[in-house]
Amino acid sequence: MKHIISVLLENRFGAFNRVATMFSGKGFNIQSISIGETEMPETSRMTLVTSGDDKIIEQVVKQLNRLIDTIKVVDLTQSSNIIREMALITVFYQKGTRSEITNICNIFRGNIVDINNKTLTLEITGPPDKIDAAVNVLMGYGIKEMARSGAVALKRGEQIKDQRKETTFTQL
Amino acid sequence: MKKAKRFMTGAEIFFECLRYEKVKHIFGYPGGAVLKLYEQLYDVDFLEHILVRHEQGATHAAEGYAKATGKVGVVLVTSGPGATNTVTGIADAYMDSVPLVVFTGQVASHLIGNDAFQEADIVGITRPITKHNFLVRDVKELAITIKQAFYIASTGRPGPVLVDLPKDVINSSCDFEYPEEIDLKGYKPVYFGHQNQIKKAAEMLKKAKKPLLYVGGGVIMSGGTNELAILAKENNLPVTMTLQGLGSFSGIEDQSLGMLGMHGTYCANMAVNNCDLLIALGARFDDRVTGNPDTFAKDAYKIHVDIDPTAIDKNVTVDLPIVGDVKHVLAEIASELSEPLKYDEWWDQINSWKDECPLLYEDNDGRLRTEFVIESLFNKTKGNAVIVSDVGQHQMWTAQYFNFTNPRSFITSGGLGTMGFSVPASIGASFGVKDKPVISINGDGGFQMNIQELVTAVAYKLPIKFVVINNSFLGMVRQWQELFHLEKYSFTDLSASNPDFVKVAEAFGLKAFLVESPKEMKSTLDKAFEINNGPVLIECRVVQEDMVFPMIPPGASVESMIVKRLNSKQ
Ligand SMILES: Cc1ncc(C[n+]2csc(CCOP(=O)(O)OP(=O)(O)O)c2C)c(N)n1
Repeated sequence: MKHIISVLLENRFGAFNRVATMFSGKGFNIQSISIGETEMPETSRMTLVTSGDDKIIEQVVKQLNRLIDTIKVVDLTQSSNIIREMALITVFYQKGTRSEITNICNIFRGNIVDINNKTLTLEITGPPDKIDAAVNVLMGYGIKEMARSGAVALKRGEQIKDQRKETTFTQL
Repeated sequence: MKKAKRFMTGAEIFFECLRYEKVKHIFGYPGGAVLKLYEQLYDVDFLEHILVRHEQGATHAAEGYAKATGKVGVVLVTSGPGATNTVTGIADAYMDSVPLVVFTGQVASHLIGNDAFQEADIVGITRPITKHNFLVRDVKELAITIKQAFYIASTGRPGPVLVDLPKDVINSSCDFEYPEEIDLKGYKPVYFGHQNQIKKAAEMLKKAKKPLLYVGGGVIMSGGTNELAILAKENNLPVTMTLQGLGSFSGIEDQSLGMLGMHGTYCANMAVNNCDLLIALGARFDDRVTGNPDTFAKDAYKIHVDIDPTAIDKNVTVDLPIVGDVKHVLAEIASELSEPLKYDEWWDQINSWKDECPLLYEDNDGRLRTEFVIESLFNKTKGNAVIVSDVGQHQMWTAQYFNFTNPRSFITSGGLGTMGFSVPASIGASFGVKDKPVISINGDGGFQMNIQELVTAVAYKLPIKFVVINNSFLGMVRQWQELFHLEKYSFTDLSASNPDFVKVAEAFGLKAFLVESPKEMKSTLDKAFEINNGPVLIECRVVQEDMVFPMIPPGASVESMIVKRLNSKQ
């Protein structure tokens, strides 16, 4: 089963590599990784999409926790959490299909971000299955190129208790 | 203790940090990238630097030192080839959870990535085989990094930490102040087990009819051998140990069933197979222990105590995990048991297995066998020795026949199985242990893998007894070839090419002895153990085609145990 794991990481030299090395060394698979800044300059947040049975996922989480650079590891797979991905999709169009594609883009609440005499580029954001659905539909028109960001995720807001400034990690 | 800030060079800071960490020995080899450190070292008097003859030797020596003393082993080498030569020792330490801090020189920061002379990305290379590693990028980070390195190496589940030191960092200067404390947000080992789980474990012990303690190296690392002895003795619990666990419980006690696993005793493996409660203590269900993990202790309720959460449920799924320091957990379990427990029927069963198939070897044909050599060493020392074995058949016979009575008395490469470990590791052990003889036991193959370190032993006048068990074969591989590879003895016969070990040793400056028959053994040991102003070598020419039994073939179950040679060759 697919799992979305969020990792709060010390923003140190080699930290990202350490995670990647651990995955390849232990034979775990990674479908996507995205990583970026957080509200705290000394940390970054990594969202990993991986898959495996419960035993494997348990090991993935434990092994991630074991790394010195990881501050917190959470499995955010539950759909109640906020999971988003962005895709840029360049699609071929013909005379008759341009408005169809524009319509599809609207249905998925996307934006047309580029156009030329042969192709349209769509920007679509949403949960990964929504992106999958859009890609499926657009495939019929011929996808020239596509780039997906990989998922980013946050836990849905449990009310943050008043803990002065140190509320930082409760988000994750 | 706290001193005012002082303006110091990186090299000065480096040694000040080692002073704060109470480092007394450091195993190293100089080179271009660490010259500034060696310049500084020239005037350092609070620690001894031991010059090895190969950087692999430095890492194994540091391992031997760490395993013998429980302290962190420290290594200092240069960049590039110096650093890459440490890799085998680091991997070995990682597999056996040995606390090391390895300092490697690195080219100057601005040259990193340029394929500069003697540049190697040692941080990248060692990432999967270290507990953690660091590249120090600014002299201001040097002190805190060294403090963190020692902290990470020695706490939780111990392991090797590498610190890469670019030349410019060592050469530049800053204000020095040794940090009092460190706070690693992502590293907080759990020492105390969960109370309810501990209560549950005690309940299970009360309910069990056929319990068994399966003890690994973690009990020795945590310093929990007294707690183990108390729990086991007060409650009549049978104890079996892994290769790394040997010595955690005295092998001469009746309650010890000896080692379990591939070359474990018949009794220990039968007990594992039939127990109804298995308590794994600081052990990791390695495949050399479990064989087929699906049939391992298949009917037992399994409790696993370990400080490393990733060790739990990794190879074998357990019923009750307890994450914590095994020393504390053992004491707490014991305190939950008010009445001593007894398992009389279980002991009758165990004793009948002991009688059914004890460890035995052929000893009336006048030929010298490894088992006899090991027994003779035990008799000579009464077990009061530090035994450092290499890898192969002699290692398994050592594990079987030397009844280790004390923790830290057996040092061997288990997880990685690194031939060439024993000679340098015994050197490290010899620096750490002065009140007992240190005995290095080698096969004729592995002895040649770090033979250069004999020079180190001679140079420092270390009273090590190097024993070479010469069967003129890569014996363990030969055994597998005979049993599983159609008797194709492909590249394992060394008889035509082996050197004269006595002469080799003499050329290195050791006093050397040759033993060819059992009757020469005792008198030779008596002579060899008289010499304590330097190392000696004892070559034992043993039967060539012997095999180690019992043996459970790799991946198989206890039912497939081979207890003795099927066809009588030789
Ligand atoms: C560095 C290394 N290379 C290869 C091996 C594979 N290996 C395991 S045991 C063994 C034979 C060891 O022979 P020897 O040192 O003579 O000891 P014996 O088994 O005869 O006691 C070999 C080659 C190993 N463990 N380590």
